[in-house]
Amino acid sequence: MNQVQFYRWLVIINCAVPLVLLSWDAWRGQLGANPASDALHVTGMLSLVCLLLSLTITPLRWWTGWGGWISFRRALGVYAFVYAVIHLGIYVVFDRALSLSSTLMEISSRRFLQIGGLSLLLMVPLAVTSTNAMLRKVGAKRWKQLHRLAYVIAILAVMHYYMLVKSDVRQPLVFAGLLTGLLAVRVHRAYAPTRTPQRV
Amino acid sequence: MQDIPKIDESEITPPQMYFNRRRLMRAGGTVVSVAATASLYRALNPTKLVSLDSKPLLPANVPNVTGQSAGATNPDANGTSTTTGDTSTTQSAGSSTDAAASSTPPTPDELRAKGFLVDDSMTPARYIVNYNNFYEFTTSKEGVASAAAGFKTDGWQFKVSGLVNKPQSFTIDQLHALSPLQERVYRMRCVEGWSMVIPWIGIQLSHLLDAVEPQAGARYVAFETLLDPERMPGQLNPILKWPYVEGLRIDEAMHPLTILATGLYRQLLPPQDGAPVRLVVPWKYGFKGIKSIVGITLTAQEPPTSWNLFAPNEYGFYANVNPDVDHPRWSQATEQRIGEVGRRKTLLFNGYDQQVGELYAGMDLRKNY
Repeated sequence: MNQVQFYRWLVIINCAVPLVLLSWDAWRGQLGANPASDALHVTGMLSLVCLLLSLTITPLRWWTGWGGWISFRRALGVYAFVYAVIHLGIYVVFDRALSLSSTLMEISSRRFLQIGGLSLLLMVPLAVTSTNAMLRKVGAKRWKQLHRLAYVIAILAVMHYYMLVKSDVRQPLVFAGLLTGLLAVRVHRAYAPTRTPQRV
Repeated sequence: MQDIPKIDESEITPPQMYFNRRRLMRAGGTVVSVAATASLYRALNPTKLVSLDSKPLLPANVPNVTGQSAGATNPDANGTSTTTGDTSTTQSAGSSTDAAASSTPPTPDELRAKGFLVDDSMTPARYIVNYNNFYEFTTSKEGVASAAAGFKTDGWQFKVSGLVNKPQSFTIDQLHALSPLQERVYRMRCVEGWSMVIPWIGIQLSHLLDAVEPQAGARYVAFETLLDPERMPGQLNPILKWPYVEGLRIDEAMHPLTILATGLYRQLLPPQDGAPVRLVVPWKYGFKGIKSIVGITLTAQEPPTSWNLFAPNEYGFYANVNPDVDHPRWSQATEQRIGEVGRRKTLLFNGYDQQVGELYAGMDLRKNY
């Protein structure tokens, strides 16, 4: 295992740590007064954090010049998806009592759920095409285009969070600010003429 | 290539040792990073709960509502191991407040009919004191207990004024002197979709209002929380317009179910639950239950209310619990009863339809949400 591979494993292991602790707390009945709501909040948060971390990889590559960063991105993206799926699972099982009809009813009548749902739905093709084999199959160029959906997914996820908060929107605004920064550096680079001579 | 300094053969780590050392470094790095992630997670998601450790509230004088039946259902015994031990000994016998003792105590059935006692099992005290909405301290429900921990209420006074014949200020002792303290076991339904069953100690608001003699023109009662950002640091953030204000129609305020609570689980109200005195209106969403009250004003006009000011389309003046009238952003049909797995159906007027339904006869509850 070379050093970069080792770092990748570090990322993979560390992203699982919150899940292990969350499960441990749940098992021991230590998720507080409202465990379902707590687990829902925590998994949503973890998904959002992984998502934003995955979007910091490319800027880090530009700034540090180290190509190794890229090998963490897949893990972060897949974890964002996994946490989002668990998030939805908790919602369906505990909030909607496993009732498909009531889940669909709620989603159809709540804008913030539609936006969160769409975000998760858009993650599916990215998760499916996350393997090396799929990358080869899809082709690097199309794969890259497809995975730009990550920007849309992150925007929707932050919106979902912002919309569900009762009044104290400071935390969702922090995420919105970070995401805006991450997207802004990309826009800046794309349109800075000296850095993209191939574009006309 | 010539620039690379020459290294003496003896200084080169033998490959065996190098790989061993690398393996060791990696193992160490893994452990350190996992520990760091775990501590960060734990710092953001603490599991520590505070206990209800406030002073017992005049235990000898408070008739034990739930103990009347067989004497077996002391709320503390059912609830939690966190309360102090001395609360289980209390009965109303031999108390000095003979006003309550002289008349025969109401039977549990009578209490149930009035709505003063519900049979749902009571929420453990450790949840009641660790899961609070009290934005004056923090907007984190799990964080209020620690954020409010040092809140001093010594010498607390609240003023009752407006359209009354006898405007005056009350200390908590003066409030307690107005009428015997009562225990009320009420459902509490938060607008966010969770609920508890809480054994409050308090007095009927009507008894206070009677004492100040409302004038004929008084049609509403306005309430105000303490404004003191130094003691209530959440008020430094303009999440809501401070101070928190609430209001009731006078008939709602005079209803026997409406109480000013000064305790729960037969102990003094802890800061996170609204010490030293808060409003409890069990058929309305929890945010109507304004905490740490410093002012009560009787008015002719409908008073402003904090959440209504914040989002008029989401929070009305009435805020009656109603499973058929959804919050614009979420359903109110079901609720998470704290301590239970799964959700239960929300009841019209939080199950107090029989007692308060007539207050709203002919009213469009969809419009007057």
